[in-house]
Formats: sequence, structure tokens, C-alpha cells
Amino acid sequence: MAQSVIEVPSKGGFSFDLCVRNDMLAKKGVQLPSYRKTGTTIVGLVYKDGVVLGADTRATEGSIVCDKNCEKIHYMAPNIYCCGAGTAADTEAVTDMVSSQLNLHRYATGRQSRVVTALTLLKTHLFSYQGQVSAALVLGGVDVTGPHLHTIYPHGSTDSLPYATMGSGSLAAMAMFESQYREGMTREEGIHLVSEAIRSGIFNDLGSGSNVDVCVITKDGTEYLRNHMLPNPRTYVSTRGFSFAKGQTEVLSTKIKQLKEKVVEVAVEGADAMEE
Amino acid sequence: MDLDLNAPHSMGTTIIGVTYDGGVVLGADSRTSTGMYVANRASDKITQLTDNVYLCRSGSAADSQIVSDYVRHFLHQHTIQQGQPATVKVAANLIRLLAYGNKNMLQTGMIVGGWDKYEGGKIYGVPLGGTIVEQPFAIGGSGSSYLYGFFDQAWKDGMTKDEAEKLVVKAVSLAIARDGASGGVVRTVTINSEGVTRNFYAGDTLPLWHEELEPQNSLLDILSSAPIEPMRT
Repeated sequence: MAQSVIEVPSKGGFSFDLCVRNDMLAKKGVQLPSYRKTGTTIVGLVYKDGVVLGADTRATEGSIVCDKNCEKIHYMAPNIYCCGAGTAADTEAVTDMVSSQLNLHRYATGRQSRVVTALTLLKTHLFSYQGQVSAALVLGGVDVTGPHLHTIYPHGSTDSLPYATMGSGSLAAMAMFESQYREGMTREEGIHLVSEAIRSGIFNDLGSGSNVDVCVITKDGTEYLRNHMLPNPRTYVSTRGFSFAKGQTEVLSTKIKQLKEKVVEVAVEGADAMEE
Repeated sequence: MDLDLNAPHSMGTTIIGVTYDGGVVLGADSRTSTGMYVANRASDKITQLTDNVYLCRSGSAADSQIVSDYVRHFLHQHTIQQGQPATVKVAANLIRLLAYGNKNMLQTGMIVGGWDKYEGGKIYGVPLGGTIVEQPFAIGGSGSSYLYGFFDQAWKDGMTKDEAEKLVVKAVSLAIARDGASGGVVRTVTINSEGVTRNFYAGDTLPLWHEELEPQNSLLDILSSAPIEPMRT
């Protein structure tokens, strides 16, 4: 008996066959699907009595825009929100995870969450994954110690700043902040500058686009201004739809064909098809 | 353009610690960069560990922050258990323990400085491999290569507080002038038996060195004031 195929006994454990296959395909030049990344502009600033966060709403997969109106300002606690850039799955997962930890901590202590608590939880998690969890965050909130704004990088380093930008559009946005930020701005001035910073990301950075989301946090409450600005409306579709008066299309010829009736008789035998 | 925003944050840095008669002066620039982008131009690289011990951080920002967070936590416990402030030596040893034990994971060099009632003002360097070196003065970070000769010449035993602080500010501003990875402002922390004083020297108040130009609000002001040689590359 000729042995044509070598039978490999099952030993259990992980199989890395598909990794080998993917390597082979990649070497042959096959483009493997990429992660959904948010080439992003996210910003935040501290003003007179709170924090303003801002984000664009474009999500991309490589060079394709896969969501034109996504949400990048994530909920952490009633008084803390967090903008995310990087791999969408990672920013979503890490903010959800820390948000639930903060919730449990609130149940245990009966106190409002602090921004430093969120900051420490996020940075220790990201540090332990040594930059593999690609989440770049702008964390803002108001707690018992006042307004706070932090940036958190994928490797786990953090900064505390009066104004901050992140993502591929961070350079365009930072240019706006560096030229126009002042200490002790009002709420309206803050929202305006944040919107302008996001707009400069939307218009000058290929990875950012669509709309402007804004979130204002003060000690008295949070205001989430979803789609605060719509600088890229669709102009090529009528908002009212289309309607045409009767007789707009000229009739060139008319032909009426009579359909013949066709009856087929089917004999049904027995009733064993329906039993219970 | 090498503008890798995904590169890990590193503090191309100038950090300095100097002992003087009665205490120590720590100094640092304020630039944090990712690749070619300045991620933070006003960062604070001199972190507090206890009331009387501070730490200058260089290298990976993430690594040095996690080390200082752990050491601050350990020193807090230690202070409560002992019922008295931790010594600089204990702080330095805790840092060494982490730096040496995780030497394969960490890319950070640190300078510990502080004052305690047993040994007075002390400076300990904890460089990359995770050893401790007790020194009369210590320099670190990418900017330190420009300062070895300067310190060999300018450091004197038994300086006053003001002399030491002047030396630190001068040294950091010299390094900022020559090291592209250092910049921004100069921050200093002075620690002695009296307590701690923090100082801040804005970038446009620092001394000017060879071929440096006066700070201007607009480049157009320079063009209209005096004819200068165009820059050549």
C-alpha cells in the first residue's frame, strides 16, 4: 500500500497553519485586509470653567472612507469624556473597559470619578501592552479638583496640558491652538476655537473629514454637541426628492399583447406531509 | 519628512543634577518629541517622588513615567511605615531595583536628587543598565554630550545655592542651543533643609550663545531692522 499522504496525528493546541498561509500570500504580494483606523483629528482645551473636547467623524480603512459619521468622543463617566485616535477597535475597547471600571469604582466609593483615576487606568493598561494596543487619546473632564485635560499615547506616556491635539490631523489643529489659544477663554470662544481646529484637520488632513463633534464639560454638567458643524453637506442629491409632471416623456410607440391564461392541475396524494 | 507620529515618545533631553553647599539643584529642558514632532513643548521632566526627593527623567516617556509612578507609591508606603521621610538613598535604590530588574524592557536614564537629615543633599545617577552612581553632579539625556567639558571646567566644590542654580540654567541653555532634541524652557528644582523651590526660565529669557539671534515676534521684524546673511544649507 503506497503512502501518498502523511497523516499528522492531532496533538492539540493552537494551529498556526493560517499564519503560514498568510505569510506566503503576503510574500506573493497579496494585500491583506487592514484594520479600521481612524485617521483622525481630535482636540481638547481647558477654558474658564471647564473643558471642551472636539473630534472629526471620518473612519478609514486604508484609503477608503468606511464611515462618514462615526463617533470619536467616547463616554467615560458623567463628568469625563475621552476622544480616541488610532485603531477604532482599540480605542472603543479600552475606553469601554475603563468606563466600566470607573462605574464599579463609583458604586464602591459613592463618589464622583476623578480624571486622574481614568488617566492611571488607561496608561497602565496601554503600557502593559507596550504600544500594541494602538489607542491615542485625549482625556478631558471636570472633577472635585477642577478641570483637567490629558493626552495619552499608545505606549502609555501621558501629558497634562491646557490645550492638546492628537491623530493625523494634530499638526493642522495644533497650528490653530498655538496661534489663537488664550488663558481664561469663555465657553463660546472655547467651542469656536475647538471647532476651527477640527475644521483645519478636516480640510487639510486626508485622514480626517466630514463633521465636527464637540463635547463641553463643566462642573454643572456635560453637553454633547453631536454634529455641531456640518461643513461637508451632500449637494448632489435633492433634499426634496425628484418629481416630474405627467407627459414629460414622449410616447414613441404603443403595443398591447394579450397574455394567455395557463392552468396547471396538480394532484395531491395523501396527507403525510403534514403530521405532528 | 521623517514625521513618525506613531514612534514611541522619547524625551531627547537635557537633565542635570548638581550638589552645592547645603542641598541640590536639579534642572531640565521641556521638550518631548515623537520622531520629528514636538509633542509637548512645556513638559515637566522633574517629577516629585516625596516631599524631599525629586527625579529627572530621560529616554522613553512611558517607561520613566511608570517607574516614577511605582517608586512614588513605594516611597509613600515606606514613609507611612517608618513614620519619617524617606532618604534619597532609599529612593535611588527603589529606582535601581526597577531599572535593573526590568533592564530589557526599559529605555530610560534617570537622575535622583534630594535632601535628607542623615546625608544632606545627594545626587544619584541611575543610567540605562540600572546601576547607581553617587555623584557630586550628574548630567543625562541627549544634550549631556555637549556638557561634559563644560562641567569639568565650571563645576566647583562648595558652591552657593545661587551659583549652583546659575550653573544649571547656563548648562541647560547651552545644551538647548546645540542639541536639536532639547528645547523649550528651563525648569529647576532646588532642595535643601529649608524645603523645595521650583523655578521656571522662559525660552526667550535664556542667554544667547554663539550665532543665536534675539527673540522676535515676527520674522519680518528681523528683515526690516538689520541686513543679515541669508541662511545657507
